[in-house]
Amino acid sequence: MKKVEVFGTGCKKCITTEEMIKNKAQAIGAEIDLQHIYDPVEMASRGIMSTPAVMVDGKLVHKGGLPSDAEIEEWLK
Amino acid sequence: MLEIFTTFASVITYDLLQIDRETHLAEAVHFFIEDTTKIFFLLTVLMLLVGFLRSWISPEKVRHWLDGKPKIIAYLLAVILGAVTPFCSCSSIPLFIAFLSSGIPLGVTMAFLITSPMVNEVAAILFGEAIGWDFTLAYVAVGMITGMVGGALIDFLKLEKWVEPFVFTVKKSENDLIEPKLTIKKRFSHAWDETADILKSVWVYVLIGVGLGASIHGFVPQEWFIEHANVDNLLAVPLAVLVAIPLYSNVTGVVPVAEVLIAKGLPVGTTLAFIMSTVAISLPELVILRKVLKVKMLAFFVGYLALAFIIVGYGFNWFYQ
Repeated sequence: MKKVEVFGTGCKKCITTEEMIKNKAQAIGAEIDLQHIYDPVEMASRGIMSTPAVMVDGKLVHKGGLPSDAEIEEWLK
Repeated sequence: MLEIFTTFASVITYDLLQIDRETHLAEAVHFFIEDTTKIFFLLTVLMLLVGFLRSWISPEKVRHWLDGKPKIIAYLLAVILGAVTPFCSCSSIPLFIAFLSSGIPLGVTMAFLITSPMVNEVAAILFGEAIGWDFTLAYVAVGMITGMVGGALIDFLKLEKWVEPFVFTVKKSENDLIEPKLTIKKRFSHAWDETADILKSVWVYVLIGVGLGASIHGFVPQEWFIEHANVDNLLAVPLAVLVAIPLYSNVTGVVPVAEVLIAKGLPVGTTLAFIMSTVAISLPELVILRKVLKVKMLAFFVGYLALAFIIVGYGFNWFYQ
């Protein structure tokens, strides 16, 4: 099971990103462990300064702005 | 090339709407149509170009570039990068913590944070087109110098005590520079998304700004400005700065207002002070920064900026006299 982390301080785009990933996982039947990290201290200590950012299994795949549908599908496969 | 917007506005105003050329209403309507079409066109083209180019710059890279530089160079870099690096205000907290925890001095971090919303490359080009390139130069220079001096002052006064102490307990990130790979196609599509996003969030400001500009242009007589806001009226500059503090607008919305104010004879310094104050000091941003900065620091921040803009206003009025 893939571990997907969304980093965001609670802004609209960060929440949309989380929902997009959740919906995509359901649509393609991928089982994921999805977490939303709101804590700016944790973001900073992991080197993230642009939100929303997405890490898959601890690897940064996206930051700043909304990801596209195709990108999300690629991560979850 | 941009005359097409003037012609377009003339056709709509005089031919289609049949408004009498000599009336205040015609002037206002003409200004509104010309400026909205022109600003939205320029904004779209410029944002796409800028968005694409700056996909090579990010706060993470800025932090990396600033790391370990001598202070003078760090300040200069911080304000230059601040002017061209975009970051959403919701990222300012992780950004602030990450900068400080990796050893970037508080003054340099603040210089970056002060300059970023204040100097905007799209606004700089819009100002050049609407008012003149010397005005653009003044706007960019004032923004950068204000950021640098502000940061240096925070450093000199050792204002670390006005930062929430938890910030200094955060450990430096081990991931020094992590960047997802981006293809040219992805950079374009990000620039496109960003442009759409920005248009969505600024169109109201642009319409209000142009509407305000159009009404002043059409209905407020020049004599009013000459009488009330001339260079000899020493209260005009501080008043312009104070009025602008609670007003918050995206900088692109201010362009048409500034254009009209200058055309009506409001002194350059007073106009510049008004613009800077409107753009730089925003209440929502202060509320967000409160998470890492104590109220005293925020008060210092607002007080410093207001004072700086008043000095800038007087300075430019005196210089252009």
